Amino acid sequence: MNLQKKTFPWHIVIFLAPAVIIYSMFSALPLLDTLRLGFYTSNDAGVHSFVGLANYHTILFDSDWSKAFWNAMLNNVKFFAIHMLLQNPIGLLLATLFSLKGLRGARTYRTLIFLPTLLSVVIIGFIWQLILSPLWGVGEGLMTHVGLGDYFAPWLGQETTALLTLGLISVWQYVGIPMMLIYAALLAVPEEVLEAAYAEGASSFRIFWQIKLPLILPTLGLVTILTFVANFNAFDLIYSVKGALAGPNYTTDILGTFFYRTFFGYQAQIGSPTMGAAVATLMFLVILLGVASYFYFVQRKLTRYEL
Amino acid sequence: MTSISSLSSAAAATSAPVVRPGRFTNLGRIWVHIVLCAYAVIALFPIALILINSIKSRDAIFDNPLAFPTPETFSLIGFEKVLHNTNFMLYFGNSLAVTLGSLLLIVLFGAMAGWALSEYKFRGNRLMALYLALGIMIPIRLGTVSILQLVVSLDLINTRTALILVYTAQGLPLAVMILSEFIRQIPKELKDAARCDGVGEFKIFFQIILPLIRPAIATVAVFTMIPAWNDLWFPLILAPSDETKTVTLGVQQFIGQYVTDWNSVLAALSLAVIPILIMYVIFSRQLIRGLTSGAVK
Repeated sequence: MNLQKKTFPWHIVIFLAPAVIIYSMFSALPLLDTLRLGFYTSNDAGVHSFVGLANYHTILFDSDWSKAFWNAMLNNVKFFAIHMLLQNPIGLLLATLFSLKGLRGARTYRTLIFLPTLLSVVIIGFIWQLILSPLWGVGEGLMTHVGLGDYFAPWLGQETTALLTLGLISVWQYVGIPMMLIYAALLAVPEEVLEAAYAEGASSFRIFWQIKLPLILPTLGLVTILTFVANFNAFDLIYSVKGALAGPNYTTDILGTFFYRTFFGYQAQIGSPTMGAAVATLMFLVILLGVASYFYFVQRKLTRYEL
Repeated sequence: MTSISSLSSAAAATSAPVVRPGRFTNLGRIWVHIVLCAYAVIALFPIALILINSIKSRDAIFDNPLAFPTPETFSLIGFEKVLHNTNFMLYFGNSLAVTLGSLLLIVLFGAMAGWALSEYKFRGNRLMALYLALGIMIPIRLGTVSILQLVVSLDLINTRTALILVYTAQGLPLAVMILSEFIRQIPKELKDAARCDGVGEFKIFFQIILPLIRPAIATVAVFTMIPAWNDLWFPLILAPSDETKTVTLGVQQFIGQYVTDWNSVLAALSLAVIPILIMYVIFSRQLIRGLTSGAVK
């Protein structure tokens, strides 16, 4: 073995090979190949031919395609905004409350509130669909109970409210993730710093805003980018509640469902792998832009606060 | 570690009867409990509602959805229908095989790669680490068009193997990062002592290092098994046949078909939820510890 160190380090290759091969074959290379396929078109026989930027030109400038694409993009931005405005602040609030010192039952609360995050989006989607269904009337009954019965509406079915409702369902399910990440970050805030602040007579409120929050800013940045990637890659919830057509009238269509329809086809339109690849490439660019701006702007500035 | 530190801080709080100014007062404490209780109810109510109604007769589901089942309204008809009309147990077995299979590959290959990256200095080390880390941020779903072509050309369509390989590729980047971080903390003396005795690199890894990474497996499992178990996208595209369906896909398609049969729908949802609930009751402590310790790094 000692002799081998002077020759080629085969052991390193063997340790790395399985992970690198599987990751390359099923993740990295398919992604690169998808970027390449976006420049091709295929005929009925499945033969690919190079068409340059024609697919992108169609998606962005053909009136039908661009309308659908920008509709999905805008909906996706709204979907992300709902998460940023609700999921992450609620997660922050809950994590802050858990981490208060000497709070009885903190672990129980944490365990209970995290539960929905574990379940499949499909299951969650169906559960809420049942609860909000006017047929069953549980949601309506509950609202009548607290005197809000008149405000009940089939939110998942209305064009104006469907996307917001799905966004809220997703927030309800995934609030556990920011909650746990922020909670872990709060645990790592040094005890001495907090003790010193208490000794100086700072209020809990002030300690939160001026000590804890600045210290967990890197985690909030991480939560933001994770939310961004997850939202711009979402599919399961919309597909299981509203189907691939993302009704009513495409008002809940996001990039994931748009990608699925382009790839596999729907109703009269025949699916196209190459057009699908072009849509996936556009999604990739959106996500890359988000991740890159996170690393260049947010993280570089935030690391200064680290102790 | 978290449990010890929270225990000691709880002990410190109770042994100091004088509430220092700035600490949250009793009134504040009550408000915190009200907020957390309210949120816990919001988080659990929908799930409880489904479970309760899944064991009631159709009339009782509609007449009084909030009531617990009584001997008169108790009914298991929904469960009978689901188990009779679908291969639910088969789907469940598929999900289990796929998630456990990918977890095994992720832990083994992830630990090997993590060991190589953290232990040996070689040219391209950082580049390789960066290449693997890209997969943490870039969703594997974007490569679906080519993954499907690859799976078809390998003749793996409608196999559990295809799903295992895809989920392994999906989980490896984060696992390599978590495990190499963990392996870096293993005392140097252990390896040096073995090397002095002339033990080979493979033996060091498989007999000394691999048994030591057990605590990190919980963290890796949390981040790889849950997304794989819950995924709808890849089972739908790569393995939609009845023999290879996972629970998530099976339930999704079953409910699509029986959408007006409320007993069956509620029972199917409950069957999908109950195994997770049982697992969570058993493992919640390890799971949350895995989640928080993984997140700190």
